[in-house]
Amino acid sequence: MVSRPSEPNGVAAFLASIPIVGMIYRRIAAMNAWFENACDGAGHALDLLAHSLRALASAHKKTDAIVLQTYKAVFGSLVIVFLTALFSGMILALQTGIELQRYNQESSIGYLVPVAMFREMGPVMTAISLAGLIGATYAAELGTMKVSEELDALEVMSIDPVYFLAMPRMIALSLSATALTLIANIIGSVGGAVVGQAYLNVDAGLYFRNAETLLAAKDVFGGLLKALVFAVTISTIACSQGMRAEHGAEGVGTATMRTVVYSFTYILMFDYLIGWALY
Amino acid sequence: MTVRVADVVDENPIVEHPQPTSFKGKVPPVAVELLDVHKTLGGREVLSGLSLQVYRGETFAIIGGSGQGKSVTLKHIVGLLAPDRGVARVNGLAVNGRSDHLSEIRRQIGYLFQEGALLRSITVFENVALPLREHEKLAQKQIEERVMNKLALVRLADAAAKYPSELSGGMRKRASLARAIVRDPSIILYDEPTSGLDPVTSSTINDLILDLQRKLGVTSILVTHDMASAFRVAHRMGMLLGGKLIKIGTPEEFKTSEDPVIRQFIHGESEGPLTREAP
Repeated sequence: MVSRPSEPNGVAAFLASIPIVGMIYRRIAAMNAWFENACDGAGHALDLLAHSLRALASAHKKTDAIVLQTYKAVFGSLVIVFLTALFSGMILALQTGIELQRYNQESSIGYLVPVAMFREMGPVMTAISLAGLIGATYAAELGTMKVSEELDALEVMSIDPVYFLAMPRMIALSLSATALTLIANIIGSVGGAVVGQAYLNVDAGLYFRNAETLLAAKDVFGGLLKALVFAVTISTIACSQGMRAEHGAEGVGTATMRTVVYSFTYILMFDYLIGWALY
Repeated sequence: MTVRVADVVDENPIVEHPQPTSFKGKVPPVAVELLDVHKTLGGREVLSGLSLQVYRGETFAIIGGSGQGKSVTLKHIVGLLAPDRGVARVNGLAVNGRSDHLSEIRRQIGYLFQEGALLRSITVFENVALPLREHEKLAQKQIEERVMNKLALVRLADAAAKYPSELSGGMRKRASLARAIVRDPSIILYDEPTSGLDPVTSSTINDLILDLQRKLGVTSILVTHDMASAFRVAHRMGMLLGGKLIKIGTPEEFKTSEDPVIRQFIHGESEGPLTREAP
């Protein structure tokens, strides 16, 4: 429920009628309403996350939905993930290569690019693509279901909407994000090798040998852990925003927009925190 | 034009609940009971001490203008909303008591939503089969039998393979009704069952409501502002105004009422106490 600034009454109404006091009162009331909404939204998202995690015990009953949602997430974002990863690797190789060329160290891009892709760029770029494509879709789907009373209909039939809708999406996005991140890491590294070979005269064989030397299991699994955390974050935000949508099409639009913006913010926040914890 | 709800309510104190006259002296058990229910939504008190008893096997119509809290009343019965004060009971069980009670209550209730609230991503057949698949351990053949039986009852057997978006408004309502009755509930709640439908389709829906009451003996509560529908199907009816039922009686008592508020509403007159300007 979105709370709105309440109307003043009694002494508050008298004070609010004084122009400057009234303006300050309205500002404070608006801030208070915003804060209440933010707390309400965060509480709902955390509750939904806890509820989804509890619903994992019944995940085997929703295999069909999980497979369908995984298929949609992977094939709905594969091309974009491929392109963003490819160009991320190419940009990294180009920019670092140009700088390293000054010190005749351009062959070191084999150390830099794959590590950067596996640790940071692969998981983050994949998550950002998934937030924009799949997270937004989840929020719009569930938001439309909310405003057209489909979620109420599920509740009336004693079908838990979190078990029926949110939990399969959370699992599907986690599986998809992990697989797509792995693909993105490889594609980005290959993109770096292509730029190295084409513009920096770095032999692709040397590039991959250097990559092999430096890249550790921790880089690979740390990146995949990030992918998993990002996926859970995106699906939680998307499902929570969708399930809280109100006021028809406008509310669905707002839920979708918030999903993308909040997801981007939390992806970067968690990226830093996990990076800080791991390295 | 301003509706002077408070004035109208003051002029019409809450009436005693007459027992249904159609049960030949026998007082059947109470199926649905609301006692002094208060509910505020968006800063406005929608229900302010609503009390209502609906007896087993009767059809009760709640009439009233838009925004008077008719749908909110239904949502309290099925636990989609919790009262701020007061209590709702179904077959003696408090709706907002224990969670297993709510599940049992919902098992006994079928709910026809105003816009149908069918899940748009699945076919009519799958919509109707959904409660069976989720709650009952039936073989596919048994599910098919029960679903097709209910679809035939609402004259939609031919539309089983269609998606909700391919149906007309009346067909969607009938499909939703098939879903509501697929688990043979003892109580059916109808939210504006005939709104937005042409007279012939409305008549078909009314026939279905009567059929279900006569053949299955279900308790029905419908909220509507379609007076023809209310007079045709209801054993008793109540008019909701200012968050309370201002009159409860038989359709005949409503037709012959001298109360200017009732008269204005049931005759759809533009002039009268409901539309009198506030001083």
